Amino acid sequence: MIRFENVSKVYARGARPALDRVSVDVERGEFVFLVGASGSGKSTFLSLVLREQRPTRGRVYVAGRDVANLSGWRVPTLRRQLGVVFQDFRLLQNKTVHENVAFALQVIGKPRHVIRDTVPEVLEMVGLAGKGKRMPTELSGGEQQRAAIARAIVNRPQILLADEPTGNLDPTTSLGIMRLLDRINRTGTTVVMATHDDEIVNEMRRRVVELSDGVVVRDEARGGYGEREAILPDVGASPVLDAPGSGTRVPAQPVRGS
Amino acid sequence: MRFQFVLGEVFSGLRRNTTMVVAVVLVTFVSLTFVGAGALLQAQIGKLKDDWYDKVEVSVFLCPQGTTAAPSCAGGEATEDQIEALREVIRTELSGEVSKVWFESKQQAFAAFEERYPDGFQGTQLTEEDMQASLRLKLTDAEQVAVVSDVLSGRDGVEVVADQRAVFEPLFRTLNVATLLAAGLAGVMLLAAVLLITTTIRLSAVSRRKETEIMRLVGASNLFIQLPFLLEGALAAVLGSLLAGGGLWLAVRFMVTDWLERSVDWVAYVSEVDVFRVAPLLVVVAVALAALSSFFTLNRYTRI
Ligand SMILES: Nc1ncnc2c1ncn2[C@@H]1O[C@H](COP(=O)(O)OP(=O)(O)OP(=O)(O)O)[C@@H](O)[C@H]1O
Ligand SMILES: [Mg+2]
Repeated sequence: MIRFENVSKVYARGARPALDRVSVDVERGEFVFLVGASGSGKSTFLSLVLREQRPTRGRVYVAGRDVANLSGWRVPTLRRQLGVVFQDFRLLQNKTVHENVAFALQVIGKPRHVIRDTVPEVLEMVGLAGKGKRMPTELSGGEQQRAAIARAIVNRPQILLADEPTGNLDPTTSLGIMRLLDRINRTGTTVVMATHDDEIVNEMRRRVVELSDGVVVRDEARGGYGEREAILPDVGASPVLDAPGSGTRVPAQPVRGS
Repeated sequence: MRFQFVLGEVFSGLRRNTTMVVAVVLVTFVSLTFVGAGALLQAQIGKLKDDWYDKVEVSVFLCPQGTTAAPSCAGGEATEDQIEALREVIRTELSGEVSKVWFESKQQAFAAFEERYPDGFQGTQLTEEDMQASLRLKLTDAEQVAVVSDVLSGRDGVEVVADQRAVFEPLFRTLNVATLLAAGLAGVMLLAAVLLITTTIRLSAVSRRKETEIMRLVGASNLFIQLPFLLEGALAAVLGSLLAGGGLWLAVRFMVTDWLERSVDWVAYVSEVDVFRVAPLLVVVAVALAALSSFFTLNRYTRI
């Protein structure tokens, strides 16, 4: 479904590559977690699938198409087969939940009766039945993300991309969102989700692809989140936390008497 | 569905950017008024030329009854023989310069006069006897007026040789200068209009960045994303052009038809019909302006 062949992405000349010779193959219907430290290239990976960016080297295939060499006017066709959700929901604040979801269909020219039938169905599926008339500001974060997911899947995409969809949510709410994504995945939709949420990754036990500085360092079928750096590294008896060069400190020397 | 949706977007965009849209409407209105005024001035010149300029170039006014200041008229009203002698001179000495000659008798002059001024001229009631017969000459080359005048002036029976063009030349010059002025102002204003439409489309694109971002992500086509902006600019510009057409119509209706034509009525003026001929041109210019501005702006701000 998604296939990266030796993909490198360099944003600015001379800069460190955001992705470095990445080869990943995602099967139809798979659920894949993309993990890695901030700046490791997760969002870059997703934007290459969406063809918001083009690879500097290598090939990206999405649903059988060579995305890197896709001509501009075919990009919309590609994106109609993809759904995307983001950490910040990206709902239109001046439209109701129903209008937000309908918008995704309107702008690709779906007929009115299709929209009338599909939108309530999808809202019910994501657990927002009866909340279609609310404005985004009248929803909790979890509900807003559900609305965003509804918008992403309303055109029945083959692939759902999620960039830290639970990043702004508390653990309980996150769990609800994960159940929803899991349910969507079970209907046959391929899901690729970038995340920092180790609890979720450890709990779900799905395929995990770990990136580090743009390189795939782990690709495990039923993986966990992996090691996390300690939030407060053991600095020992240091007078100053987090001071420059605090890792290799020279022990204090007694002052010679004078 | 698509159509209705696009229209909805257009109107919400127009509402959101009301001040800018009003500015675009006004600037296109003013600039196209100048364009239209220039076109009407040229039409006016065309009319004057059709009416006079090309028909009569030189009038040889013959001595009238009674006494005049001209010494060549000492013998009173021009006689048949004098007129025939003049025709002979024109036939022989001016055969190269004059292409056509015709005689306007006092009766014909009076008839033409009565047609123009059915109510008398400035309060005085004139008769056929107050009119003056003339020979009207059409020249092969309009520049030869001086030669013709030299040959015919001062001959017996000739009171004065008048270059009809001399009457119109300053008028034409004024009208042409006015046209140039209108064209210059129109050029500046059109530039302002393009810049303003560009800015408006850009503002509109920025204020709708979230929408276009979502549209791009869910796979809306480029045309679909850009169409509302295109239509917004075009609609504002067309509105401006219609206002310009309306303004010109009012100007012609009240200044020319109702006022000028009554006070100076021996001239053919532009009429409302001419405005209707110019107005579609203004709409076309407006659409072209909007298209030009959109072309420069949109690809930059709503790229896939
Ligand atoms: N549009 C861009 N232009 C230039 N550099 C970019 C751009 N987007 C990302 N980068 C760089 O590419 C690298 C990878 O960024 P990316 O956003 O893919 O990381 P990430 O794994 O998604 O991080 P995070 O977990 O913080 O979202 C970073 O060094 C970043 O600075
Ligand atoms: Mg990211």
